[in-house]
Amino acid sequence: MTSTLTPVRSKRSALTKGQLPRYAPYAVLAAALIVGAAIMALLGFNPFGWGLVSALLFAIGLVSWSAAVEGSRKAKDKLATCLVVGSFLVALLPLVSVIWTVLVNGIPGLIDPGFLTTSMNGVTGAFDNKAVESGGPVMGGIYHALLGTVQITLLATVISVPVGLLTAVYLVEYGHDGRLAKAITFFVDVMTGIPSIVAGLFAAAFFFVVVGPGTKTGAVAAVALSVLMIPVVVRSSEEMLKIVPNELREAAYALGVRKWRTILKVVIPTAISGIASGVTLAIARVIGETAPILVTAGFATSINSNVFGGWMASLPTFIYTQILNPTSPSNPDPSSQRAWGAALVLIILVMILNLVARLIARIFAPKTGR
Amino acid sequence: MSKRIDVKDLNVYYGDFLAVEDVSINIEAKSVTAFIGPSGCGKSTFLRTLNRMHEVIPGARVEGEVLLDGDNLYGPGVDPVAVRSHIGMVFQRPNPFPTMSSRDNVLAGVRLNNKKISKGEADVLVERSLKGANLWNEVKDRLEKPGSGLSGGQQQRLCIARAIAVEPQVILMDEPCSALDPISTLAIEDLINELKDQYTVVIVTHNMQQAARVSDKTAFFNIAGTGKPGKLIEHGDTHTIFSNPVQKATEDYVSGRFG
Amino acid sequence: MTATPLTSTQGAGRAGDKVFSGAALAAGCLILAVLFGVALFLVIQAIPALTAPAGKIQGGQGFFAYIWPIVLGTLIAAVIALVIATPIAIGVALFISHFAPRGLASGLGYVVDLLAAIPSVVYGAWGAAFLAKEIAPAYGWLASNMGWLPIFAGPASTTGKTILTAGIVLAVMVLPIITSLSREIFLQTPKLHEEAALALGATRWEMIKMAVLPFARPGIISAVMLGLGRALGETMAVALVLSSGALTASLIQSGNQTIAAEIALNFPEASGLKVSTLIAAGLVLFIITLAVNMIARWVITQHKEFSGAN
Repeated sequence: MTSTLTPVRSKRSALTKGQLPRYAPYAVLAAALIVGAAIMALLGFNPFGWGLVSALLFAIGLVSWSAAVEGSRKAKDKLATCLVVGSFLVALLPLVSVIWTVLVNGIPGLIDPGFLTTSMNGVTGAFDNKAVESGGPVMGGIYHALLGTVQITLLATVISVPVGLLTAVYLVEYGHDGRLAKAITFFVDVMTGIPSIVAGLFAAAFFFVVVGPGTKTGAVAAVALSVLMIPVVVRSSEEMLKIVPNELREAAYALGVRKWRTILKVVIPTAISGIASGVTLAIARVIGETAPILVTAGFATSINSNVFGGWMASLPTFIYTQILNPTSPSNPDPSSQRAWGAALVLIILVMILNLVARLIARIFAPKTGR
Repeated sequence: MSKRIDVKDLNVYYGDFLAVEDVSINIEAKSVTAFIGPSGCGKSTFLRTLNRMHEVIPGARVEGEVLLDGDNLYGPGVDPVAVRSHIGMVFQRPNPFPTMSSRDNVLAGVRLNNKKISKGEADVLVERSLKGANLWNEVKDRLEKPGSGLSGGQQQRLCIARAIAVEPQVILMDEPCSALDPISTLAIEDLINELKDQYTVVIVTHNMQQAARVSDKTAFFNIAGTGKPGKLIEHGDTHTIFSNPVQKATEDYVSGRFG
Repeated sequence: MTATPLTSTQGAGRAGDKVFSGAALAAGCLILAVLFGVALFLVIQAIPALTAPAGKIQGGQGFFAYIWPIVLGTLIAAVIALVIATPIAIGVALFISHFAPRGLASGLGYVVDLLAAIPSVVYGAWGAAFLAKEIAPAYGWLASNMGWLPIFAGPASTTGKTILTAGIVLAVMVLPIITSLSREIFLQTPKLHEEAALALGATRWEMIKMAVLPFARPGIISAVMLGLGRALGETMAVALVLSSGALTASLIQSGNQTIAAEIALNFPEASGLKVSTLIAAGLVLFIITLAVNMIARWVITQHKEFSGAN
């Protein structure tokens, strides 16, 4: 802030006159923390309240000091900054809280022997009661749910990726902004907004009509997830195909290469990193979907490796049922331990998928380095 | 190897808009023909109609005939893809395929069409094409590195190597040096001089000195005003066009009085 | 013309072009068919509930009497979520785009994306197991101090499993959506406008008011509408958090229900006419979210030519 033109640095130049000293925020923060602690000491101390009160005091203190020294315009600027930073801190609270809750509650479940390798087949309330009363190990695990999630998600991916990618190819390479292309773009947008439970109901209703009432299998769930996944794949692939430079297509055409080979061998390979990372993000999004699976695959406690027959468990529905309908209604703690363990596994899966998406985007991006 | 091109009464449209009107021109085999003219006069558009690349642009169409050694490019049953494997093209900005190595870029025209080719044949073809493009010595030690890692001038010569690997009869160049520095430009111009021993070369350029340096024949295109179609004003020996043109407009343009 | 080198087709090349473009076209049409199918099959399955005699529908008073309280419940939960999430989301987006140090900003964008990636069932479990318990005392305080307001009428739920808690969980869930959309639009603000404002001697806040917010307004509106669409359709957060019941005005008592949660809670055990009733409810939800999304798109297209944001 000091002007480099004035050799005398000890004096405040005309440009820095009427400003708060640089230490002002720190001083106000320290004062706010101390006064906040004092107020909380009177009301009964808790760290959350202390943070809240101190933040309020800090904002009020800094803004009023600024108003006194710098005038109302600067004070408004300070107020806006406080609000913006404050809203950011407020938004962080639930994230930290969610992750903390899942970690604290989930780790005991996860490190339970057999949690990842056994199913809930034959695990009844009696086992849970015994585990609570005599302190034995919590029986049962999520193997069946993990298997179900992997199968349903894989099948959904197998359905969605070809359809989504081909649609994106149509929109970018063949549609020429015609009426059909515009209609598809519009309805893909509409599809993005379908509530997940409605997608589930659609798949259920479709199979009820086509196969028979009450049809609930992993495949029905996969169809429901595809309805949610296809628009995501279309949108991300479309974006990626669009940024492939036209010059590359022209270069291939000028070599006497057919359009479909140009698309398959030049356009898609150039965009593949973005497409793959978009697909991975789409998988990450549907892998945690609960509602559509709830109404399409039912619940199961035993291992079912056939997606086309019988009810099937999945991680999200497992969490849901273990919380809402504990295996032993009188002793819900083992169930909630299993639910949090499953939630932790699910979050880890989603995080890994997100990281993988980032890595794919970075590693397989076309190389330009020398 | 090389063939002549005869264009008869060609009109080019974008939708309803007439972009280039009534062009007739004979392009000799094993010669370099330069198209010059002010921006927007339709010379690049016309160049693209010589291998049907204009069809990539939605709404573009032509009327008239383009004969490659007597065969009409726009005759019934003619496959535009086959046309382009006879008449190659090099673009304004170097555009090697970013996902491929230099070697694969040269082989792209062969590989992308799924033609079977043994490794030995491929090696011969890569070396011959890169030598033909005066690039062999510079890239022979890094053939497996991405083509996009080369310098701009090297990339453009890689694109030329890629074009001649398909063994076309004619090579079209659309302002091939406009994105390059003077030294790279010189390398490309030297290359054009060598290419005409084997190929028919047509080059669009904004740079009249370049046209004078590299071409045997020069065609001057002009446009009467915005919204009017471009026309071929004069076509003849480069020497004649630059020293003693028939048309007043040509003289004004080559002497730098407009454009 | 038959034997020229130009007409010689190279094997399967031409057929390949047709097959491939046909496949691409078919995929595009399949999407239209699927969406049409969604509507059609929902209608087919819903018809029995709409035509059945009133006495046979749950509650005994016909489909309309069954659906309107849960439609209202859905709207209440979504409105609570938006009222909480919108200002915070705009603040966070501004923080990331204009306040945070450059190096931090992209990392924060990533954190917001992660927040969006956490499955809804986990948020629901968090709301049920943690938030409801922690927030119950606050409801007691609200009931005793602000009980004269109908929305805070007592007696407050002691478990905290109320529509307000569900709304807060929904707010946490739509926050990242609104944030990331708004942030993108804030970043698109023309640098020239911002610099013009700063060159006039504006403070950072004045620059944001003069240049950024007017530019971003349609974008913010559509981001909020998309968040609304998500909040209306969200199932798990409500199904796990809310202790449902009849429609009540008080937000801090147990009661109220949303369409999505109603379906999720009852569909697995439903049969016969009950299935039709629930699918009909799903159809209603579909129509509501469709309307919200269409309005959002419409807002975007209305302002496209002025803002350059789309």
